[in-house]
Amino acid sequence: MARTILPFGPQHPVLPEPLHLKLTIEDEIVVEALPTLGYVHRGLEKLCEVRDFNQMVQIVERVCGICSCLHALCYCEGIEQIMGVEVPRRAKYLRTIWGELHRVHSHLLWLGLFADAFGFESLFMQFWRVRERIMDIMEATCGNRVVVSVNVVGGVRRDLSPEQCQWIEQQLIISEKEIRQLQTTILNDYTVKKRCCGKGVLTKEQAYQLGAVGPMLRGSGWAQDARQTGYAAFGELGFEPIVEYDGDSYARCAVRFRETLQSFDIVRLAIARMPAGETAANVEGANEDDTPRIISGNRGGIMQSYNRDKHHSITAAPPPDLDIPAGSLAAKVKGKPDGEAVTRVEQPRGELMYYLKGVGSKNMDRVRIRTPTFANIPPLLAILPGCELADVPVIVLSIDPCISCTER
Amino acid sequence: MFNMTKNVVANLFAKSSTRLYPFAVRGHFEGFRGTLHINIDECIFCRTCQIKCPSQCIAVDNKAGTWTCEAMSCVYCGVCVDVCPTSCLSMSKEHRQVATEKQTMAYQGVPKKKKKEAAE
Repeated sequence: MARTILPFGPQHPVLPEPLHLKLTIEDEIVVEALPTLGYVHRGLEKLCEVRDFNQMVQIVERVCGICSCLHALCYCEGIEQIMGVEVPRRAKYLRTIWGELHRVHSHLLWLGLFADAFGFESLFMQFWRVRERIMDIMEATCGNRVVVSVNVVGGVRRDLSPEQCQWIEQQLIISEKEIRQLQTTILNDYTVKKRCCGKGVLTKEQAYQLGAVGPMLRGSGWAQDARQTGYAAFGELGFEPIVEYDGDSYARCAVRFRETLQSFDIVRLAIARMPAGETAANVEGANEDDTPRIISGNRGGIMQSYNRDKHHSITAAPPPDLDIPAGSLAAKVKGKPDGEAVTRVEQPRGELMYYLKGVGSKNMDRVRIRTPTFANIPPLLAILPGCELADVPVIVLSIDPCISCTER
Repeated sequence: MFNMTKNVVANLFAKSSTRLYPFAVRGHFEGFRGTLHINIDECIFCRTCQIKCPSQCIAVDNKAGTWTCEAMSCVYCGVCVDVCPTSCLSMSKEHRQVATEKQTMAYQGVPKKKKKEAAE
Protein backbone atom coordinates (compact mmCIF):
# COMPACT_ATOMS: atom_id res chain seq x y z
CA MET A 1 0.00 0.00 0.00
CA ALA A 2 1.39 3.39 -1.01
CA ARG A 3 2.03 5.91 1.70
CA THR A 4 0.19 9.22 1.69
CA ILE A 5 1.18 12.35 3.56
CA LEU A 6 -1.81 14.13 5.06
CA PRO A 7 -1.56 17.63 6.54
CA PHE A 8 -3.49 17.86 9.81
CA GLY A 9 -3.91 21.40 11.13
CA PRO A 10 -3.02 24.15 11.93
CA GLN A 11 -6.64 24.97 11.13
CA HIS A 12 -8.79 21.94 11.67
CA PRO A 13 -12.38 21.65 12.94
CA VAL A 14 -11.43 19.58 15.99
CA LEU A 15 -8.20 21.33 16.89
CA PRO A 16 -8.61 24.25 19.28
CA GLU A 17 -4.96 25.18 18.83
CA PRO A 18 -2.76 25.85 15.78
CA LEU A 19 -0.68 22.68 15.72
CA HIS A 20 0.33 21.27 12.36
CA LEU A 21 0.96 17.55 12.06
CA LYS A 22 2.30 15.96 8.93
CA LEU A 23 0.74 12.50 9.09
CA THR A 24 2.15 9.71 6.95
CA ILE A 25 -0.70 7.27 6.50
CA GLU A 26 -0.85 3.81 5.05
CA ASP A 27 -4.37 2.59 4.39
CA GLU A 28 -5.96 4.78 7.12
CA ILE A 29 -3.29 3.76 9.63
CA VAL A 30 -0.85 6.42 10.79
CA VAL A 31 2.76 5.37 10.27
CA GLU A 32 4.57 8.55 11.22
CA ALA A 33 3.73 11.99 12.57
CA LEU A 34 5.89 15.10 12.27
CA PRO A 35 4.86 18.28 14.09
CA THR A 36 5.35 21.86 12.96
CA LEU A 37 5.09 24.65 15.48
CA GLY A 38 5.55 28.40 15.26
CA TYR A 39 2.19 29.78 14.20
CA VAL A 40 1.52 31.83 17.35
CA HIS A 41 4.97 32.81 18.56
CA ARG A 42 4.79 36.23 20.22
CA GLY A 43 8.21 36.65 21.80
CA LEU A 44 6.96 37.24 25.34
CA GLU A 45 10.24 36.08 26.90
CA LYS A 46 12.08 38.79 25.00
CA LEU A 47 9.87 41.45 26.59
CA CYS A 48 11.71 40.95 29.87
CA GLU A 49 14.46 43.13 28.42
CA VAL A 50 12.23 46.18 28.13
CA ARG A 51 9.65 45.72 30.88
CA ASP A 52 10.61 45.74 34.54
CA PHE A 53 10.23 42.65 36.69
CA ASN A 54 6.94 43.81 38.21
CA GLN A 55 5.37 44.50 34.83
CA MET A 56 6.40 41.01 33.70
CA VAL A 57 3.77 39.55 36.06
CA GLN A 58 1.01 40.88 33.80
CA ILE A 59 2.93 39.77 30.71
CA VAL A 60 3.52 36.16 31.77
CA GLU A 61 -0.17 35.95 32.65
CA ARG A 62 -0.83 36.40 28.98
CA VAL A 63 1.31 33.44 27.94
CA CYS A 64 -1.82 31.35 28.33
CA GLY A 65 -5.37 32.45 28.97
CA ILE A 66 -6.56 29.21 30.52
CA CYS A 67 -3.90 28.99 33.22
CA SER A 68 -2.94 32.66 33.59
CA CYS A 69 -3.07 32.56 37.38
CA LEU A 70 -0.54 29.71 37.55
CA HIS A 71 1.92 31.40 35.20
CA ALA A 72 1.88 34.50 37.40
CA LEU A 73 2.15 32.34 40.52
CA CYS A 74 5.19 30.52 39.17
CA TYR A 75 6.88 33.78 38.14
CA CYS A 76 6.12 35.54 41.44
CA GLU A 77 7.41 32.58 43.47
CA GLY A 78 10.64 32.75 41.50
CA ILE A 79 11.12 36.48 42.09
CA GLU A 80 10.23 36.05 45.75
CA GLN A 81 12.86 33.34 46.07
CA ILE A 82 15.50 35.52 44.45
CA MET A 83 14.65 38.47 46.70
CA GLY A 84 14.17 36.31 49.77
CA VAL A 85 10.59 37.34 50.47
CA GLU A 86 8.37 35.36 52.76
CA VAL A 87 4.81 35.61 51.48
CA PRO A 88 2.09 35.90 54.16
CA ARG A 89 0.31 32.63 54.85
CA ARG A 90 -3.08 34.02 53.88
CA ALA A 91 -1.71 35.00 50.48
CA LYS A 92 -0.40 31.47 49.99
CA TYR A 93 -3.86 30.06 50.69
CA LEU A 94 -5.50 32.58 48.38
CA ARG A 95 -3.05 31.66 45.62
CA THR A 96 -3.93 27.99 46.18
CA ILE A 97 -7.66 28.68 45.98
CA TRP A 98 -7.45 30.66 42.74
CA GLY A 99 -4.93 28.23 41.25
CA GLU A 100 -7.21 25.27 41.92
CA LEU A 101 -10.24 27.10 40.57
CA HIS A 102 -8.22 27.64 37.42
CA ARG A 103 -7.51 23.93 37.26
CA VAL A 104 -11.23 23.16 37.61
CA HIS A 105 -12.24 25.48 34.80
CA SER A 106 -9.42 24.28 32.55
CA HIS A 107 -10.32 20.62 33.09
CA LEU A 108 -14.00 21.33 32.50
CA LEU A 109 -13.09 23.16 29.31
CA TRP A 110 -10.97 20.22 28.22
CA LEU A 111 -13.61 17.62 29.13
CA GLY A 112 -16.07 19.55 26.97
CA LEU A 113 -13.66 19.83 24.05
CA PHE A 114 -12.76 16.17 24.39
CA ALA A 115 -16.44 15.20 24.24
CA ASP A 116 -16.78 17.40 21.18
CA ALA A 117 -13.76 15.71 19.56
CA PHE A 118 -15.52 12.36 19.52
CA GLY A 119 -18.78 13.92 18.47
CA PHE A 120 -20.69 14.09 21.78
CA GLU A 121 -21.86 17.67 21.50
CA SER A 122 -24.52 17.64 24.19
CA LEU A 123 -21.95 16.47 26.73
CA PHE A 124 -19.71 19.34 25.61
CA MET A 125 -22.50 21.81 26.42
CA GLN A 126 -23.19 20.20 29.80
CA PHE A 127 -19.56 20.55 30.89
CA TRP A 128 -19.31 24.11 29.70
CA ARG A 129 -22.49 25.02 31.56
CA VAL A 130 -20.87 23.87 34.80
CA ARG A 131 -17.70 25.73 33.89
CA GLU A 132 -19.68 28.96 33.70
CA ARG A 133 -20.22 28.84 37.48
CA ILE A 134 -16.48 28.67 38.05
CA MET A 135 -15.95 31.60 35.68
CA ASP A 136 -18.51 33.57 37.71
CA ILE A 137 -16.50 32.85 40.87
CA MET A 138 -13.41 34.17 39.11
CA GLU A 139 -15.15 37.35 38.02
CA ALA A 140 -16.69 38.01 41.41
CA THR A 141 -13.50 37.42 43.39
CA CYS A 142 -10.70 38.47 41.02
CA GLY A 143 -12.27 41.10 38.80
CA ASN A 144 -11.99 39.21 35.54
CA ARG A 145 -13.13 35.90 34.10
CA VAL A 146 -9.98 34.68 32.41
CA VAL A 147 -6.86 36.76 33.05
CA VAL A 148 -7.45 37.17 36.75
CA SER A 149 -4.35 39.24 37.55
CA VAL A 150 -4.34 38.67 41.30
CA ASN A 151 -0.73 37.65 41.88
CA VAL A 152 1.94 40.23 42.54
CA VAL A 153 5.48 39.92 43.80
CA GLY A 154 5.01 39.65 47.56
CA GLY A 155 1.48 38.31 47.70
CA VAL A 156 -1.92 38.82 46.13
CA ARG A 157 -3.88 41.91 45.18
CA ARG A 158 -7.29 40.86 46.39
CA ASP A 159 -8.74 39.26 49.47
CA LEU A 160 -11.75 37.04 50.07
CA SER A 161 -14.39 38.16 52.55
CA PRO A 162 -16.18 35.55 54.71
CA GLU A 163 -19.34 36.14 52.64
CA GLN A 164 -17.44 35.47 49.43
CA CYS A 165 -15.95 32.27 50.89
CA GLN A 166 -19.42 31.11 51.85
CA TRP A 167 -20.76 31.91 48.38
CA ILE A 168 -17.86 30.06 46.72
CA GLU A 169 -18.59 27.00 48.85
CA GLN A 170 -22.26 27.10 47.85
CA GLN A 171 -21.35 27.39 44.18
CA LEU A 172 -18.90 24.50 44.51
CA ILE A 173 -21.58 22.27 46.03
CA ILE A 174 -23.90 22.93 43.08
CA SER A 175 -21.09 22.49 40.53
CA GLU A 176 -19.92 19.25 42.09
CA LYS A 177 -23.44 17.86 42.03
CA GLU A 178 -23.77 18.76 38.36
CA ILE A 179 -20.39 17.24 37.50
CA ARG A 180 -21.20 14.01 39.33
CA GLN A 181 -24.33 13.71 37.20
CA LEU A 182 -22.06 13.65 34.15
CA GLN A 183 -19.63 11.13 35.67
CA THR A 184 -21.52 8.07 34.46
CA THR A 185 -21.66 9.44 30.93
CA ILE A 186 -18.04 10.51 30.51
CA LEU A 187 -16.56 7.48 32.26
CA ASN A 188 -18.98 4.62 31.62
CA ASP A 189 -20.83 5.40 28.41
CA TYR A 190 -20.45 2.75 25.71
CA THR A 191 -19.69 5.20 22.88
CA VAL A 192 -17.18 7.15 24.95
CA LYS A 193 -15.35 3.98 25.95
CA LYS A 194 -15.38 2.75 22.37
CA ARG A 195 -13.60 5.91 21.22
CA CYS A 196 -11.12 6.20 24.12
CA CYS A 197 -10.23 2.82 25.63
CA GLY A 198 -7.02 1.40 24.22
CA LYS A 199 -6.44 4.43 21.95
CA GLY A 200 -3.07 6.14 22.08
CA VAL A 201 -1.49 3.93 24.72
CA LEU A 202 1.59 5.39 26.40
CA THR A 203 3.35 2.77 28.50
CA LYS A 204 4.82 3.55 31.90
CA GLU A 205 8.38 3.26 30.60
CA GLN A 206 7.68 5.43 27.55
CA ALA A 207 6.07 8.11 29.73
CA TYR A 208 9.21 8.30 31.86
CA GLN A 209 11.72 8.14 29.03
CA LEU A 210 9.97 10.70 26.83
CA GLY A 211 9.46 13.10 29.74
CA ALA A 212 5.67 13.26 29.81
CA VAL A 213 4.14 15.57 32.41
CA GLY A 214 0.80 16.14 34.07
CA PRO A 215 -2.23 13.94 33.43
CA MET A 216 -0.33 12.30 30.55
CA LEU A 217 2.26 11.03 33.04
CA ARG A 218 -0.21 10.21 35.79
CA GLY A 219 -2.46 8.39 33.31
CA SER A 220 0.47 6.05 32.68
CA GLY A 221 0.93 5.10 36.31
CA TRP A 222 3.42 7.62 37.66
CA ALA A 223 2.38 9.39 40.88
CA GLN A 224 4.22 12.59 40.11
CA ASP A 225 2.76 16.06 40.48
CA ALA A 226 4.50 19.39 41.07
CA ARG A 227 2.01 20.10 43.86
CA GLN A 228 3.84 17.48 45.91
CA THR A 229 6.74 19.95 46.16
CA GLY A 230 4.51 22.06 48.41
CA TYR A 231 4.40 25.40 46.60
CA ALA A 232 1.83 27.98 47.76
CA ALA A 233 -0.10 26.30 50.58
CA PHE A 234 0.13 22.73 49.30
CA GLY A 235 2.80 21.94 51.85
CA GLU A 236 0.25 22.47 54.62
CA LEU A 237 -2.79 20.99 52.91
CA GLY A 238 -1.49 17.50 52.22
CA PHE A 239 -1.77 16.33 48.67
CA GLU A 240 -1.88 12.97 46.94
CA PRO A 241 -1.74 12.83 43.14
CA ILE A 242 -4.38 10.98 41.19
CA VAL A 243 -3.07 8.06 39.18
CA GLU A 244 -4.49 5.82 36.48
CA TYR A 245 -2.59 2.89 35.06
CA ASP A 246 -3.86 2.13 31.55
CA GLY A 247 -2.00 4.93 29.75
CA ASP A 248 -4.68 5.33 27.07
CA SER A 249 -6.92 8.29 26.20
CA TYR A 250 -9.55 7.01 28.62
CA ALA A 251 -7.05 6.95 31.51
CA ARG A 252 -6.02 10.54 30.80
CA CYS A 253 -9.67 11.56 30.69
CA ALA A 254 -10.31 9.79 34.00
CA VAL A 255 -7.32 11.51 35.63
CA ARG A 256 -8.63 14.91 34.60
CA PHE A 257 -12.16 14.14 35.71
CA ARG A 258 -11.03 12.91 39.11
CA GLU A 259 -8.65 15.86 39.47
CA THR A 260 -11.57 18.22 38.95
CA LEU A 261 -13.35 16.72 41.92
CA GLN A 262 -10.12 16.68 43.92
CA SER A 263 -9.61 20.38 43.25
CA PHE A 264 -13.04 21.10 44.72
CA ASP A 265 -11.91 19.39 47.92
CA ILE A 266 -8.63 21.36 47.95
CA VAL A 267 -10.49 24.67 47.55
CA ARG A 268 -12.86 23.78 50.40
CA LEU A 269 -10.00 22.71 52.61
CA ALA A 270 -8.01 25.86 51.82
CA ILE A 271 -11.01 28.07 52.61
CA ALA A 272 -11.58 26.23 55.89
CA ARG A 273 -7.93 26.48 56.98
CA MET A 274 -7.18 29.95 55.60
CA PRO A 275 -5.60 32.03 58.36
CA ALA A 276 -6.42 35.68 58.95
CA GLY A 277 -3.78 38.27 58.24
CA GLU A 278 -2.11 40.27 55.54
CA THR A 279 -2.32 39.37 51.88
CA ALA A 280 0.90 40.98 50.66
CA ALA A 281 4.36 41.44 52.12
CA ASN A 282 6.47 44.49 51.50
CA VAL A 283 9.50 43.63 49.46
CA GLU A 284 12.75 45.33 50.22
CA GLY A 285 15.44 44.63 47.76
CA ALA A 286 19.07 43.86 47.24
CA ASN A 287 22.15 45.90 48.01
CA GLU A 288 24.32 47.00 45.14
CA ASP A 289 27.23 44.79 46.20
CA ASP A 290 25.00 41.73 46.36
CA THR A 291 26.65 38.65 44.93
CA PRO A 292 24.67 36.45 42.54
CA ARG A 293 22.87 33.73 44.40
CA ILE A 294 21.39 30.43 43.34
CA ILE A 295 18.19 29.54 45.07
CA SER A 296 16.39 26.23 44.91
CA GLY A 297 13.17 25.90 42.97
CA ASN A 298 10.53 24.88 45.52
CA ARG A 299 11.34 22.49 48.29
CA GLY A 300 13.47 19.59 47.18
CA GLY A 301 14.42 21.41 44.00
CA ILE A 302 17.49 20.76 41.94
CA MET A 303 19.67 23.55 43.31
CA GLN A 304 20.75 24.34 46.81
CA SER A 305 20.06 27.61 48.52
CA TYR A 306 22.84 29.64 50.06
CA ASN A 307 23.66 33.21 51.02
CA ARG A 308 19.97 33.88 51.04
CA ASP A 309 19.04 36.17 53.88
CA LYS A 310 22.23 38.14 54.01
CA HIS A 311 21.26 41.11 51.93
CA HIS A 312 17.52 41.26 52.22
CA SER A 313 15.28 42.51 54.91
CA ILE A 314 11.67 41.47 54.91
CA THR A 315 8.74 43.26 56.41
CA ALA A 316 5.91 40.82 56.85
CA ALA A 317 3.13 43.38 57.26
CA PRO A 318 2.96 47.03 56.19
CA PRO A 319 3.34 49.22 59.28
CA PRO A 320 0.39 51.59 59.78
CA ASP A 321 2.44 54.74 59.17
CA LEU A 322 3.38 53.71 55.61
CA ASP A 323 1.80 55.76 52.88
CA ILE A 324 -0.43 53.13 51.28
CA PRO A 325 -3.57 54.33 49.49
CA ALA A 326 -6.82 53.30 51.13
CA GLY A 327 -8.23 50.07 49.80
CA SER A 328 -5.00 48.99 48.15
CA LEU A 329 -3.71 45.52 48.93
CA ALA A 330 -0.74 45.72 46.60
CA ALA A 331 2.72 45.04 47.92
CA LYS A 332 5.30 47.80 47.98
CA VAL A 333 8.32 46.55 46.11
CA LYS A 334 11.71 48.17 46.51
CA GLY A 335 15.00 46.87 45.20
CA LYS A 336 15.86 44.65 42.28
CA PRO A 337 16.22 40.91 41.86
CA ASP A 338 19.78 39.67 41.70
CA GLY A 339 20.30 35.94 41.33
CA GLU A 340 18.78 32.88 39.75
CA ALA A 341 15.79 30.76 40.59
CA VAL A 342 13.99 27.76 39.17
CA THR A 343 10.36 27.33 40.11
CA ARG A 344 7.88 24.63 39.28
CA VAL A 345 4.12 24.63 39.62
CA GLU A 346 1.50 22.19 38.40
CA GLN A 347 -0.57 23.64 35.61
CA PRO A 348 -3.77 21.86 34.56
CA ARG A 349 -1.74 20.40 31.67
CA GLY A 350 1.28 19.40 33.70
CA GLU A 351 4.42 20.74 35.20
CA LEU A 352 5.32 24.32 34.38
CA MET A 353 8.89 25.46 34.92
CA TYR A 354 10.31 28.97 35.10
CA TYR A 355 13.97 29.82 35.09
CA LEU A 356 14.56 33.42 36.17
CA LYS A 357 17.79 35.33 36.21
CA GLY A 358 18.20 38.85 37.51
CA VAL A 359 21.41 40.86 37.47
CA GLY A 360 20.46 43.59 39.91
CA SER A 361 18.70 45.80 37.39
CA LYS A 362 14.98 46.42 37.07
CA ASN A 363 14.83 44.25 33.96
CA MET A 364 15.27 40.52 34.25
CA ASP A 365 18.27 39.12 32.42
CA ARG A 366 16.42 35.97 31.39
CA VAL A 367 12.95 34.57 31.76
CA ARG A 368 12.78 31.05 30.42
CA ILE A 369 9.43 29.32 30.40
CA ARG A 370 9.01 25.60 29.82
CA THR A 371 5.37 24.74 29.41
CA PRO A 372 3.79 21.30 29.83
CA THR A 373 2.64 20.94 26.22
CA PHE A 374 6.23 21.31 25.07
CA ALA A 375 7.09 18.29 27.21
CA ASN A 376 4.06 16.34 26.03
CA ILE A 377 4.67 16.63 22.28
CA PRO A 378 7.37 13.87 22.13
CA PRO A 379 5.05 11.36 23.86
CA LEU A 380 2.28 12.40 21.45
CA LEU A 381 4.50 11.58 18.48
CA ALA A 382 5.28 8.22 20.04
CA ILE A 383 1.63 7.22 20.51
CA LEU A 384 0.28 8.36 17.14
CA PRO A 385 1.94 5.70 14.90
CA GLY A 386 -0.29 2.66 14.66
CA CYS A 387 -3.56 4.44 15.33
CA GLU A 388 -6.38 4.94 12.84
CA LEU A 389 -6.78 8.31 11.15
CA ALA A 390 -10.21 8.78 12.75
CA ASP A 391 -8.64 8.47 16.21
CA VAL A 392 -6.02 11.16 15.62
CA PRO A 393 -8.19 14.08 16.84
CA VAL A 394 -9.10 12.23 20.05
CA ILE A 395 -5.49 11.27 20.74
CA VAL A 396 -4.15 14.76 20.00
CA LEU A 397 -6.75 16.30 22.29
CA SER A 398 -6.03 13.76 25.01
CA ILE A 399 -2.70 15.50 25.73
CA ASP A 400 -4.63 18.79 26.16
CA PRO A 401 -2.42 20.75 23.78
CA CYS A 402 -1.84 24.43 24.45
CA ILE A 403 0.25 25.72 21.58
CA SER A 404 0.03 29.36 22.67
CA CYS A 405 1.77 28.33 25.88
CA THR A 406 4.36 26.29 24.02
CA GLU A 407 5.39 29.05 21.64
CA ARG A 408 4.97 31.99 24.03
CA MET B 1 -27.21 6.25 27.84
CA PHE B 2 -30.15 6.22 30.28
CA ASN B 3 -28.40 8.73 32.53
CA MET B 4 -28.03 11.20 29.69
CA THR B 5 -31.66 10.68 28.61
CA LYS B 6 -32.75 11.50 32.16
CA ASN B 7 -30.63 14.62 31.97
CA VAL B 8 -32.16 15.63 28.65
CA VAL B 9 -35.70 15.20 30.00
CA ALA B 10 -34.80 17.20 33.11
CA ASN B 11 -33.40 19.96 30.92
CA LEU B 12 -36.62 20.06 28.90
CA PHE B 13 -38.57 21.15 31.96
CA ALA B 14 -35.84 23.18 33.64
CA LYS B 15 -35.35 26.91 33.42
CA SER B 16 -33.39 28.06 30.39
CA SER B 17 -29.61 28.13 30.88
CA THR B 18 -29.16 30.99 28.45
CA ARG B 19 -30.52 34.51 28.42
CA LEU B 20 -32.45 36.24 25.71
CA TYR B 21 -29.67 38.67 24.87
CA PRO B 22 -29.96 41.64 24.22
CA PHE B 23 -33.28 41.81 26.10
CA ALA B 24 -31.81 40.19 29.21
CA VAL B 25 -28.24 41.36 29.87
CA ARG B 26 -26.12 39.81 32.58
CA GLY B 27 -24.62 42.45 34.82
CA HIS B 28 -21.08 42.32 36.12
CA PHE B 29 -20.03 41.50 39.65
CA GLU B 30 -18.78 44.15 42.04
CA GLY B 31 -15.08 44.75 41.57
CA PHE B 32 -15.06 43.77 37.91
CA ARG B 33 -12.31 45.59 36.01
CA GLY B 34 -14.37 47.04 33.19
CA THR B 35 -13.37 50.58 32.22
CA LEU B 36 -10.67 52.90 33.49
CA HIS B 37 -11.69 56.34 34.73
CA ILE B 38 -9.74 59.30 36.04
CA ASN B 39 -10.75 62.18 38.26
CA ILE B 40 -8.41 64.66 36.62
CA ASP B 41 -8.93 67.33 39.31
CA GLU B 42 -7.20 65.15 41.89
CA CYS B 43 -4.38 64.02 39.61
CA ILE B 44 -0.96 65.38 40.58
CA PHE B 45 0.70 64.22 37.32
CA CYS B 46 3.29 62.18 39.19
CA ARG B 47 3.61 59.71 36.25
CA THR B 48 3.49 56.65 38.55
CA CYS B 49 0.72 55.09 36.46
CA GLN B 50 2.71 55.67 33.27
CA ILE B 51 5.82 54.04 34.73
CA LYS B 52 4.04 51.03 36.22
CA CYS B 53 1.65 50.28 33.33
CA PRO B 54 2.62 46.87 31.82
CA SER B 55 1.15 47.72 28.40
CA GLN B 56 2.53 51.26 28.46
CA CYS B 57 -0.73 52.76 27.28
CA ILE B 58 -0.72 55.77 29.63
CA ALA B 59 1.13 59.00 28.84
CA VAL B 60 1.33 61.81 31.37
CA ASP B 61 2.77 65.26 30.70
CA ASN B 62 3.38 66.96 34.01
CA LYS B 63 4.26 70.33 32.46
CA ALA B 64 1.25 70.60 30.18
CA GLY B 65 -1.01 68.82 32.67
CA THR B 66 -2.34 66.20 30.30
CA TRP B 67 -3.22 62.59 31.00
CA THR B 68 -3.88 60.31 28.01
CA CYS B 69 -4.61 56.62 27.75
CA GLU B 70 -4.73 54.52 24.58
CA ALA B 71 -7.96 52.75 25.43
CA MET B 72 -7.35 49.95 22.96
CA SER B 73 -3.88 49.14 24.30
CA CYS B 74 -5.09 48.96 27.89
CA VAL B 75 -5.30 45.41 29.22
CA TYR B 76 -7.43 46.37 32.26
CA CYS B 77 -5.05 44.82 34.78
CA GLY B 78 -5.77 47.55 37.34
CA VAL B 79 -2.13 48.16 38.27
CA CYS B 80 -2.45 51.94 37.73
CA VAL B 81 -5.43 52.03 40.11
CA ASP B 82 -3.40 50.21 42.77
CA VAL B 83 -0.35 52.45 42.51
CA CYS B 84 -2.06 55.85 42.18
CA PRO B 85 -1.01 57.87 45.26
CA THR B 86 -4.08 60.11 45.23
CA SER B 87 -6.58 57.38 44.29
CA CYS B 88 -7.81 59.48 41.38
CA LEU B 89 -7.89 56.45 39.07
CA SER B 90 -10.75 54.00 39.36
CA MET B 91 -12.38 51.22 37.39
CA SER B 92 -16.09 50.89 36.75
CA LYS B 93 -17.67 47.51 36.15
CA GLU B 94 -19.09 48.29 32.72
CA HIS B 95 -17.23 47.24 29.59
CA ARG B 96 -15.79 49.85 27.30
CA GLN B 97 -18.14 50.53 24.40
CA VAL B 98 -17.39 48.87 21.09
CA ALA B 99 -15.76 51.29 18.67
CA THR B 100 -14.93 51.30 14.99
CA GLU B 101 -11.95 53.61 15.36
CA LYS B 102 -9.03 53.73 17.75
CA GLN B 103 -9.86 55.68 20.86
CA THR B 104 -7.68 57.74 23.12
CA MET B 105 -8.84 58.98 26.49
CA ALA B 106 -7.39 62.48 26.81
CA TYR B 107 -7.80 64.72 29.85
CA GLN B 108 -6.50 68.21 30.52
CA GLY B 109 -5.90 69.21 34.11
CA VAL B 110 -4.07 71.93 35.98
CA PRO B 111 -0.42 71.02 36.53
CA LYS B 112 0.65 71.27 40.15
CA LYS B 113 3.05 74.14 40.78
CA LYS B 114 6.37 73.49 42.41
CA LYS B 115 6.74 74.56 46.05
CA LYS B 116 8.93 77.53 45.15
CA GLU B 117 6.50 78.82 42.55
CA ALA B 118 3.56 78.29 44.88
CA ALA B 119 5.28 80.30 47.60
CA GLU B 120 5.88 83.20 45.22
